[in-house]
Amino acid sequence: MAAVAIRAEGLGKRYELGERESYGTLRDTLARAVRAPLRRTTGSPESRQFWALRDVSFELPHGEVLAVIGRNGAGKSTLLKVVSRITHPTTGRVEIQGRVGSLLEVGTGFSPELTGRENVFLNGAILGMRKAEIKRKFDEIVAFAEVDRFLDTPVKRYSSGMYVRLAFAVAAHLEPEILLVDEVLAVGDVAFQRKCLGKMQEVTKSGRTVLFVSHNMAAVQQLCRRSLLVSAGTVEAFGPTEDVVATYLSDAVTSADGEFDLSGHPARPPRLAPVIRHLTLRDDDGATTARFGPQDAMVVDVLVDPTKPLRAPRMVLGISDSMGRRITSVANFFQREELGEIDGRRRVRVRIPALRLGTGRYLLSVLLHDHYDGEIDQLDDVAAFEVVWQNNFGTGESHYPHYGPTLTGSTWCQQEA
Amino acid sequence: MSSVAPPPVAAPQESAVAYGEAAPLVIEASRRVSLGLGELWSYRELLYFLVWRNLKIRYKQAAIGVAWVVLQPVLTATLFTLIFGVLLDAPSGGVPYPVFFLAGLVLWQLFAASLMEAGNSLVSNEQLVTKIYFPRLLLPMAAVFASLVDFAIALVLLAVLAVAYGVVPPIAVVTMPLFVTLTLAAALGAGFWLSALNVRYRDVQAAIPFLTQFLFFATPLVYATTLIPEPWRIFMGLNPMAGAVEGFRWALFGVDLPLLTAVSAVVAVMLFATGLVYFRRTERTFADVV
Repeated sequence: MAAVAIRAEGLGKRYELGERESYGTLRDTLARAVRAPLRRTTGSPESRQFWALRDVSFELPHGEVLAVIGRNGAGKSTLLKVVSRITHPTTGRVEIQGRVGSLLEVGTGFSPELTGRENVFLNGAILGMRKAEIKRKFDEIVAFAEVDRFLDTPVKRYSSGMYVRLAFAVAAHLEPEILLVDEVLAVGDVAFQRKCLGKMQEVTKSGRTVLFVSHNMAAVQQLCRRSLLVSAGTVEAFGPTEDVVATYLSDAVTSADGEFDLSGHPARPPRLAPVIRHLTLRDDDGATTARFGPQDAMVVDVLVDPTKPLRAPRMVLGISDSMGRRITSVANFFQREELGEIDGRRRVRVRIPALRLGTGRYLLSVLLHDHYDGEIDQLDDVAAFEVVWQNNFGTGESHYPHYGPTLTGSTWCQQEA
Repeated sequence: MSSVAPPPVAAPQESAVAYGEAAPLVIEASRRVSLGLGELWSYRELLYFLVWRNLKIRYKQAAIGVAWVVLQPVLTATLFTLIFGVLLDAPSGGVPYPVFFLAGLVLWQLFAASLMEAGNSLVSNEQLVTKIYFPRLLLPMAAVFASLVDFAIALVLLAVLAVAYGVVPPIAVVTMPLFVTLTLAAALGAGFWLSALNVRYRDVQAAIPFLTQFLFFATPLVYATTLIPEPWRIFMGLNPMAGAVEGFRWALFGVDLPLLTAVSAVVAVMLFATGLVYFRRTERTFADVV
């Protein structure tokens, strides 16, 4: 039995910028050829290219569950697409031993016009199952999805919950030797989510080989012995999950004084130029700090320096816990807080009136878009701050982590029953 | 929100398979391209399901559903018989005009529908192309084979009409599948070219209806090739459908088999081969560009 399921050597993937978002028309190509007749029309100048993956090598032995972690845009999904043969590498090679099944999105290939029954067969075949195999598992899939009464209804009449349950159920019954999975959300209501998680644990214990792309540090730590950290298209760390996750989270600079320089931060996806330069955390009195009480206000100053004016800036601040799970987000466009045009170096001040967070370490993400020009800058989990308990119940009672990550007020009374 | 590995039910005996036996799959950055026909064969069940899906979707939520397969050629044939057969008295080689026209039309419909469906197959299945791996050739192929099913139904209609007009096919009728194959080769070849080009240049989408219309008149459908002066007739063979339709009528009605059919056969084979190679060579970038 060969020990290695996947061996990747020096993998690289180069994209032409803009190519993925827009397609050329023949006229554009001709126009380019006319303007620069000596240049090959298929080539692009260096500046319009970027490497989504560069020199990535790793080995995955049979029977292991390996997590691929990293920030948005780091190259995780590209890696998965290359290994699952959806897109072709620009450099390097991958050797795969065994039947591969990949699952980048639940419900790929579902046809809204077809019935649930028909879609089970179609989707199963698309995911690589044989007809006989689908027939054999059909009852099991339907039972898992809890849609038996609607089997002969076109899925376009399904509720979104039913739709994803059926899609997940088909995917869940895929049995390849090597499974490649992109962050497939646990879908549906709480009860069904629990069922999904149970299935997931079953798989990791069954001795199957899995390459698993995720943002969820809690799930990664629970399921995978080893992890691969991808950062700006390269392997930043590869080894025991605890160490790799620690490396990942330590990128968020802990700074006691609440000042974070973001100009050359590694968390920025390589396709983006730095526009968000600096981040400062303050309390309500304007003093810089990285420690807050659960009910305190938090003021975030974001220094931005765009190269061209942002006509309608849209900014999001995301707060994640120390496991990388997003707790909440605030954004100017959630509440029609117009920032106005930003045409030079500016400080954007955000005030969160009360954090209402439980004690612990949290990570801030900043995302900047322009309504007209799209994505401008993005930095995930780059600024750490701490929430410390300050007798916020006013009773001297402590706050324990198992109370949950957020604090909500409540009033109590007793009534005749 | 949490990430879920989709969880095959454990089948322990399966994990004990000896992986060393099969040759490993190697994905390399090199430019070498193989036609991958063996792989295509191993995906034949998916091809079947895609054809089946195309057929199901086409006639779902249509009040008279599959009846359109018969109704379309009947209406078209009636219209053209009135205009060209009755009013303009176009030559039909001694065969009753409705049968003459319908014979060409059913073969033409196979080609035209294939072209339209196959040409758009990669773009309209963008979600599949960017999310899952399978040989991309299956998409234009499924489009063409789905049209073949409609063709089979229309062929029954043709037989009924031929009987009604008392047309008895000669012994050469056994060669009919040859000309259907010629049409399929041309349709697949054109489908490979157009679908691959359409990924990068959406102009193709707009061009297909014009191309189809142009070819409709370049194909001896409403007229017989005898209408074309002799030195030029052979050039009509450059349109593979001209030879296919002429050959098809020869097989059905025993009219003369023109030389241009041989030209068409060569063109169709070349179209198929170049289409296949072009498709395979550009296939790797589909997911990045579509």
